[in-house]
Amino acid sequence: MAKLKDTNIQSAIGWVLRTGIFLSIAIVLFGGTIYIYRSGHAITNYSTFKGVPEFVQLTGMIQGILTLRGRAIIQGGIILLIATPVIRVLFSAIGFVLEKDYLYTGITILVLLILFISMLSGHAG
Amino acid sequence: MSVIELTIIILIGSYFAGLLGSLTGLGGGFIVIPLFTLILHIDIHYAIGASLIAVIATSSGSAAAYVKEGITNMRLGMFLEIATTAGALMGAILAIYTPTHYIAILFGTILIISALMSLQKKTEQIVKHKSYLAEKLKLNSSYPTADGIVEYSVTNVGGGFFMMLFAGVISGLLGIGSGALKVVAMDGVMRIPFKVSTTTSNFMIGVTAAASAVVYLQRGYIDPGLSMPVVIGVILGALTGSKILVNSTSSKWMRVTFAVVISVVAIQMIYNGVTGKI
Repeated sequence: MAKLKDTNIQSAIGWVLRTGIFLSIAIVLFGGTIYIYRSGHAITNYSTFKGVPEFVQLTGMIQGILTLRGRAIIQGGIILLIATPVIRVLFSAIGFVLEKDYLYTGITILVLLILFISMLSGHAG
Repeated sequence: MSVIELTIIILIGSYFAGLLGSLTGLGGGFIVIPLFTLILHIDIHYAIGASLIAVIATSSGSAAAYVKEGITNMRLGMFLEIATTAGALMGAILAIYTPTHYIAILFGTILIISALMSLQKKTEQIVKHKSYLAEKLKLNSSYPTADGIVEYSVTNVGGGFFMMLFAGVISGLLGIGSGALKVVAMDGVMRIPFKVSTTTSNFMIGVTAAASAVVYLQRGYIDPGLSMPVVIGVILGALTGSKILVNSTSSKWMRVTFAVVISVVAIQMIYNGVTGKI
């Protein structure tokens, strides 16, 4: 019976992965089209590191998306792509709770905790 | 170089990164970094950011198929994920304070080790001996093969966990999935069937990379103009790769080609690091 539950969780996780990938590729394509259309002939310079751009901050990114700025929309798609594996860990936590496997609920929560610490320390440092 | 030209070059390069990444189970970041730094002369910080994006895209795409087949050991993956996420966090923080030419030398060395490991012939051994920790952690499982369901046990849980911590640090430091190290830890140290260790490694790579990517995103390493062709190219390449893998009976020739290619790239990388060109 536990095996059956595991299979259910696995198909749910597969669905999360496919949806996340499909949505993020669609958003990136949309933003990319705007970006290429507007500044396709601009000359690039990536030879030196320029630091943090303004659309990294959530408010800057949302403002960029609302004003249909290609790079901000791409960034939104990229964030969804990065979030997909995290959402996947979240789903397995829910699965382990449903299975009443408290050891693995704890392990999954610990993994999520480390993920959040890495996000927060990124802010602090 | 104009935006259109750069986008097309990265798109083609990323397609092959995704293709090779999904075929070998090593991620795909190892192609993106040399393409960006050696050929396109892009700063290594942007290269590391883009390669992490490539790793996440390759992992999520192919892991979705593997989880469906029921080969992936979810509990083992989750347990070892503690080590890889913690290690990746340490590596990501270390990378900010480490001079880039050291990163280049280290990356070249890791590439050569990965090439040698991928050439090693893997012999399948099923362990029946029950270890106390593996029992406690419910790590022993079964997986479907052509001859039916095969039961397997896991040994040396502590050693495998430590190897995963190291693999996590490397992946955070260099922006690679370090799939080779993960597979070695599970296959060599914990004696898990090769098919299970590759798929479980793939399952974990995305999560490890996501932890590092969040840190790099805030540092401005992940540039949308560069990420856009990387994401599209890598996903298309990974799809082609998984189709080839399903229809292929032997991957020996792929591994050999791959080992030769990355060895050449690695030597270039070390050379640039030593001469201070990066």
